[in-house]
Amino acid sequence: MTTPPRVVVTGMGWVTPLGCSLEEVWARLTAADSGMDSITRFDARTFPTTFAAEIKDYDFTQYVRDASIHSTAGLNSKFALGAASQAWRQAGLYDCDSLDRSRVGLYLGAGEGVLDTPNYLQTNVHSWDAANRRVDGRRWAESALRTMHDLTEVEQEPNMPIAHLAREFEVTGPAFNCLTACAASTQAIGEAFDIIRRGEADLMISGGTHTMIHPLGVTGFNRLTALSTFDGDPAEASRPFDRTRGGFVMGEGSGIVTIERLDHALARGATPLAEIVGYGSSCDAFRITDIQPDGRGAAAAMGMALKQAGIDPNAPHADGGPPIDYISAHGTGTKENDSIETRAVKRVFGDLAGTIPMSSIKSMMGHLIAAAGAVELITCIMAIDRGVLPPTRNLHHPDEGLDLDYVPNESREAKVTTCLSNNFGFGGQNDTLIVTRYSE
Amino acid sequence: MPTPRRVVFTGLGPVSAFGLGIEPLWAAMLEGRSGITSLDSRFDASGFECPFAASLPAENFDVRKVVPKTYRKATKVMARDTELAVGAAALAVSDAGLVTRATDGDEPPTIPPSRTGCHIGAGLIAADVDELSAALVTSVDDDGEFDIGKWGEVGMGNLTPLWLLKYLPNMLACHVTIIHDCQGPSNTITCAEASSGLSIGESMRVIMRGHADICLSGGAESKLNPMGLLRQQYAKRLAHVPADATPESIVRPFSSDAAGGVLGEGGGILALEALDHALDRGIEPIAELAGLSASQAMCSDTVGRAYDDADVSVVRAIEAALSSAKCDPSEVDAIVPLGSGIPWMDAVDARAIREVFGSRAAEIPLVTIVPYVGLCGAGLGAIAVSVAAQCLREQKLPARIGSIDPGDCGLNCGPCESTDAELRSILVFTTSLGGQNVAMLLRRWTNGENS
Repeated sequence: MTTPPRVVVTGMGWVTPLGCSLEEVWARLTAADSGMDSITRFDARTFPTTFAAEIKDYDFTQYVRDASIHSTAGLNSKFALGAASQAWRQAGLYDCDSLDRSRVGLYLGAGEGVLDTPNYLQTNVHSWDAANRRVDGRRWAESALRTMHDLTEVEQEPNMPIAHLAREFEVTGPAFNCLTACAASTQAIGEAFDIIRRGEADLMISGGTHTMIHPLGVTGFNRLTALSTFDGDPAEASRPFDRTRGGFVMGEGSGIVTIERLDHALARGATPLAEIVGYGSSCDAFRITDIQPDGRGAAAAMGMALKQAGIDPNAPHADGGPPIDYISAHGTGTKENDSIETRAVKRVFGDLAGTIPMSSIKSMMGHLIAAAGAVELITCIMAIDRGVLPPTRNLHHPDEGLDLDYVPNESREAKVTTCLSNNFGFGGQNDTLIVTRYSE
Repeated sequence: MPTPRRVVFTGLGPVSAFGLGIEPLWAAMLEGRSGITSLDSRFDASGFECPFAASLPAENFDVRKVVPKTYRKATKVMARDTELAVGAAALAVSDAGLVTRATDGDEPPTIPPSRTGCHIGAGLIAADVDELSAALVTSVDDDGEFDIGKWGEVGMGNLTPLWLLKYLPNMLACHVTIIHDCQGPSNTITCAEASSGLSIGESMRVIMRGHADICLSGGAESKLNPMGLLRQQYAKRLAHVPADATPESIVRPFSSDAAGGVLGEGGGILALEALDHALDRGIEPIAELAGLSASQAMCSDTVGRAYDDADVSVVRAIEAALSSAKCDPSEVDAIVPLGSGIPWMDAVDARAIREVFGSRAAEIPLVTIVPYVGLCGAGLGAIAVSVAAQCLREQKLPARIGSIDPGDCGLNCGPCESTDAELRSILVFTTSLGGQNVAMLLRRWTNGENS
C-alpha cells in the first residue's frame, strides 16, 4: 500500500466584481471594500432587489490567443477564459513546452449561460394563446427561429465554458462540468483533486464561473426571498452573521486554479502555492428549500475533509494554535445559512470553534453562485501567502448564538498555515476543501 | 495505492418511451419496435424541422405513484426531467433489493444513509413556457410588448415562489436524495450526452475512495418542449424530415443515408455498489463496471457541434477504459456507441471503433439505442449502460432497427433479429455536444465469479 500522490495548486486567477487580478482583488478584500452597486445589466428599478455586484469594463479578448474562436461565447465562458488565463500564466504553463496536453483535464462547476432574454421573453409573450391559456407551439417556433440565434442558444449549455477552455489551452484530458448550485466549484476542485490522486490526469484546470444577474435570475431568487432587498447603500446590503442580515447579494464572475501532482509541478520547475489535503462532500437529503437545521450535512462534509487531511478538529495544533487557522465561510447572509453554518462549525470543532477565525467575503464581493467556492479557495491561499485574513464586512450587530470569531469589518494579520473552505448549495449539497501551506 | 474496490451494478432503472424498467425496453428491443412517434400529444411542434420524438406517455408514468404518499405534494415542483429521475431511482432501489426511507413498512434501511451516494447527470432544463408565459403576459405595455418595469413591480408575483427550484439541474439529485435518504456524496454532471456516463464515473470514484458503499447513479432528461427542441435543432442534432415521415425509420445510425437524430425523453438510475458490499448482503451483481475513462475532444467550432476529423480523444477514452479494466480489445464482444444517426457523429464513432479494434471492427456487433428511445440527452448514457448490462445478463443481442445501408463504414451494425450470443464484455461509449467523451467497459458476472 502506497499513499496517493500529493496535489498542489500552481496557478490561480479570478474575474470578480472587485477586479480581475490577484493583487487588485486581494487589496480590495483586505480593505473591506464593496463591489455592490445598482444593477446596470438591465432595468431593475422596479424589482424587489435593484442592486448586485456586477463586473464592469471587462474585456476577455486581452486574455486569449485568438478571440475569434470564442466570438460566440457567453459571459460565463468569457469570465472563465480570463480567470483561467491568469492561472495558466502564474503556473508558468504558457512557457511549458513539455506538457502532455492529453494528461491535462478540466473540471468546472460552471453555471448555465444567460438566456437571450429580450427575444426569449418576446417569443413567449407573442405566442401566448389566451383562449387556451397556453403557448401556441407553431407561433412560438416561428418567432424563436426568426429572433433567436443558433450559437447563442448552444452557448447556454453548462458545459460550454469547459469547451472554450479546452480549445484555448488545447487540453484533452478528462473533462467534467458539475452544477450543484452554490457548492459547484468547490465540488469541482475536490473531484479534480481526486482525479489527480487516482492518476487519471497530471494537471487539472478547475474552478467555476457563473452569472445570474439577468431578469429571470433575479426574478427567481427574489421569488425565493433569498436576495437582500436592503433599502439603502448597496455596499451595506450583504451582512453575513449580523443580526440584521436579510439575504444574499448577487455577484458574478469566475475563479480558476491549476492543480497538479506535486512531482509533476516540481519536475517542470513550477512553484507550489499551496497543497490540497482534504475534500469532503455530503448531501442533506432533507428538504428542497431548507437546510437540515442541526447542520448535519455541513458537519459531515467538514468531518470527511478533516479526516482525509489527518486533522483532529478537537485537538489544538501542536504549536498551540487552533486545528485550522482560518475558515472561509459560505456565509451568504441569509438568516438560515449563517445560523446553521455556525452550528455546524461548533458541532465539528466543539470547544475550539471559537478560536478559529471565520469570515465571509460575500459581504464584499457578493455571491458568485456556482463560482463562489473557487474564488473563496483562492482567498484562502492568498491568506496563507500574505498572513492576512479578509474580514466580514457590515457586521455590527451580534446575533444570538452567532458567537464565533467572524473577523468583523477589518482584516487581520495572522499566521495562516491551514484553511478550510465551505460551500453549501440549494438542494442540500455540502462541500469542503482544506488547503495548507506547501512545505517539502 | 491500495487495491481499488471493485464496483458492480446491482440494480437497473431505465426509463424510456416504453415505460419504467428494463422489461418493457428490452421487450421492444427484442422485437425491433421503435418508441418514436409524433410529438403532437405534447405540443404543436409542426414549426420545427423534426416534430417527432420518443416520448413516455402519461398513461405509462405518473410520478405521484412512485413517490411515498408524504412526498406527493413535492411533485408539484418537479420539472419533467426530475420526474423521470425520481421514477428511475425508485426502480433501481427496488431492483437492487434495497430498503430506503421510501420503502413501505418499518424495516430499517439496508445501508446507512451516510454511506449512500447519488450522482445524476442532467441537462439544461428549460422553463415550462406555458407556466412562464402565463405570468409574462400580465406585464405587457399597450402595444403588447413585454414591459420589464411592470414585471418587476407586479408581474413576477404571478410565478410560484419556488419557480427557480424547478429548473436547477441538481434538483434531480436533490429529490432523489431526499426520497431515499442518501446523505453521502452527491453530484450533478452537466455534460450533455456524456452526463450519465461521467456520473457513473463519479460514483465509481466515490466508492473506490471509500466515501460510499452504494450510489444511485445515472441521468435523465426531457427536451420535449419548445425550448429543448429549438436548441437541439440549432445544435444540428435533429433530422429534417417531412411531416408525413415514418417515425420509426427516421434514425438510421451508420447508414450511408443517415439524416440526423430524433429527440427522446428518459434516462436511468443504476445502483452502483462495491463488490464486497454486494456479496456481503447476498446480492448477485448484474455486471461489473470494470473500467471507465473520460476525455475531451478538440473541436474546431469550439462548441463541439461536430468533432474534427483528426480527433483522437474518443480513441484515447476507449483505450484507457479498456486498459483500466485490464481488458484486451479481443475480449470485447459488443459495443454500444452513441449511434445517433447524425452522420458526422456516426463517423466519429466509426473511426474510433476501427482504430481501436482494427480488423475486428467489422465483426463486433453494435447495439444502437437511439432508434428505439431517441436522443435522451443527459439520460442517454444510463439507458445505454442498462441495455449493455441486460445483454450481458441475458447473453442476448437485441435487434437493430431502422433500415440500415452500412455503406463503407466497415462496422457490424448488429443483427436484424435478436439473437443469443456469448458476451464476455461490452464497451459503452458516448460523445457529446461540447466535446466530452466517456467510455465504460462492462464485464459479465456469472456463477458468483467474474468470467
